[in-house]
Amino acid sequence: MQQPDAQPVLELRSLSKSFGGLHAVQDVTIKVLPGDRKAIIGPNGAGKTTLFNVITGILPATSGQTVLFGSDVTSWPSHRRTALGMARTFQVTNLFPKLTVLDNVLLAIQGLRAMKFVLWRPLSSYRDVYDKARRLLQDVGYWDRRDVQVRNLSHGEQRQIEIVLGLASDPKILLLDEPAAGLASGESREMAAFLKRLDPMLAILLIEHDMDVVFDVVDHISVLHFGEVVEEGTTDEIRASTRVREIYLGTG
Amino acid sequence: MSERTKILIVVAALIVLLIVMQFASSFVILLVTQALVFAILAMSLDILLGYTGLPSLGQAAYLGVGAYLTAILATKYGFGLGSSFWAVIVLGILLGAVTAAIFGLFAIRASGVYFLMITLALGQCVWGLAYRWNSLTGGDNGINMPGRPNFGIDLAHDMTFFYVVFGFFVAALAALYLLVKSPFGRSLVGIRESELRMRILGYNTWLHKYIAFIIAGAFGGLAGVLWAFLNGLVSPEDVILTTSVDALLMVVLGGPGTLVGGAIGAGVVVFLREYLSTLVEWWQYALGGVYVLTILYLPGGLMGIPERIRQRRALSAPAEQAKAVSVSQ
Repeated sequence: MQQPDAQPVLELRSLSKSFGGLHAVQDVTIKVLPGDRKAIIGPNGAGKTTLFNVITGILPATSGQTVLFGSDVTSWPSHRRTALGMARTFQVTNLFPKLTVLDNVLLAIQGLRAMKFVLWRPLSSYRDVYDKARRLLQDVGYWDRRDVQVRNLSHGEQRQIEIVLGLASDPKILLLDEPAAGLASGESREMAAFLKRLDPMLAILLIEHDMDVVFDVVDHISVLHFGEVVEEGTTDEIRASTRVREIYLGTG
Repeated sequence: MSERTKILIVVAALIVLLIVMQFASSFVILLVTQALVFAILAMSLDILLGYTGLPSLGQAAYLGVGAYLTAILATKYGFGLGSSFWAVIVLGILLGAVTAAIFGLFAIRASGVYFLMITLALGQCVWGLAYRWNSLTGGDNGINMPGRPNFGIDLAHDMTFFYVVFGFFVAALAALYLLVKSPFGRSLVGIRESELRMRILGYNTWLHKYIAFIIAGAFGGLAGVLWAFLNGLVSPEDVILTTSVDALLMVVLGGPGTLVGGAIGAGVVVFLREYLSTLVEWWQYALGGVYVLTILYLPGGLMGIPERIRQRRALSAPAEQAKAVSVSQ
């Protein structure tokens, strides 16, 4: 698929995060190349979301390094990481509930543009930003409902807007934190199909409990258990692994 | 209601105010001028409270530095009483901004109730300075202004001064309106709704809040300069906690996140205070009651009333229909 010497978009080097005596994330090493589709799975409390929070700079790492496009960003604030080309979604929907769908997307688009500091010109006069919002929303079929406040959308619809906001900054790597959380099975199939339609050069790191979505979307899986990567491999290897079955069924 | 209609309503209201003022008594002219000065302060606070979600309890500090700067320049140096009035306006805005830039370094780290506490403490520092630094501020007695500027146009006439304040009010309203519609203004709303999401979208939210804080301080400084010339006396009373609380309540009463709401709130508070205090001794309870009722039953303030009526109609319309259907059956 990709050349082995391609520069990784994201590299975690023995990344660890402790809260006092609790080692939430321990010694995690993962490499994501351009266009890679990887998943991190594990039981509840395995440290998956904490790992995402450390990667995106919401929480500081205790030790180890996060390397984004070759730069060590371990101590960088979130917004600078986003500027390099990283985007994420949240497990618990994190949108701007009282703003319209269109306003949500406009805010997401201007996040990486210098015009976000302009005080004297109305946002509505920026044609290019509007056109881009229109494109993004038309792609997912929300353009007709652009003036609906996000809090009035269904849960499944809000999950989709989450991803649209993630894509608005044209990221090269997208971190998805349980995009199918709380979706009905039909909706999660749609979500999987939606994810597979995304630009093949976009690298995706996915946390998900819905195994159908995981096996459908990614080709490589890391299994996290008590903050440590205990198993990694292709989807087939993980599917066949007895260790993984033990962790999930609790016989280990 | 479209944005255009809203602007037209505001413009019409301003014109009506100008017309009504032609027939107003000198007392009412003073009150309206006072309301306009506090409207500028309330709108500056609305940028923080209503748009960014930062409940500042120290907005009087910026009014205070603007007012004391004006009084000290006028009494000690006779500066600002001629055409240098315009220079004092600029200096007042700058001093408000600089003060906010310093205070912001402490306050913007915090959010929610901690932000409130820090701004309260910083506001009290300004009050303490005004109260204690006798040689500069005149302490408890404050500073009596030598009069209003005269630069060909004599602002000593209350009506003339009203026009000047009215001009500044309209300019402030227009500038802040442009601000809240700008990409930067929208980013503030985003921070109010979800700061974490904004950070992940690539915004340095600290910087955005800091800039908003400085802008609010600048407009507070402007209100201070006008207040000094209007009131003729600058005293610690102007920077005391009650003034900050008043500004906060004007915004809450009028409707946070609407700009115009702050102005309406300022008008209501100034007039209620003046008229009630001449009528009854317990006027403060009446004002307190209005605040409590607003917060309980009108979370959107006075500006939220049309929206509430519309919602009630929308809710009751299907209910009425259902009733009619059940009756006909």
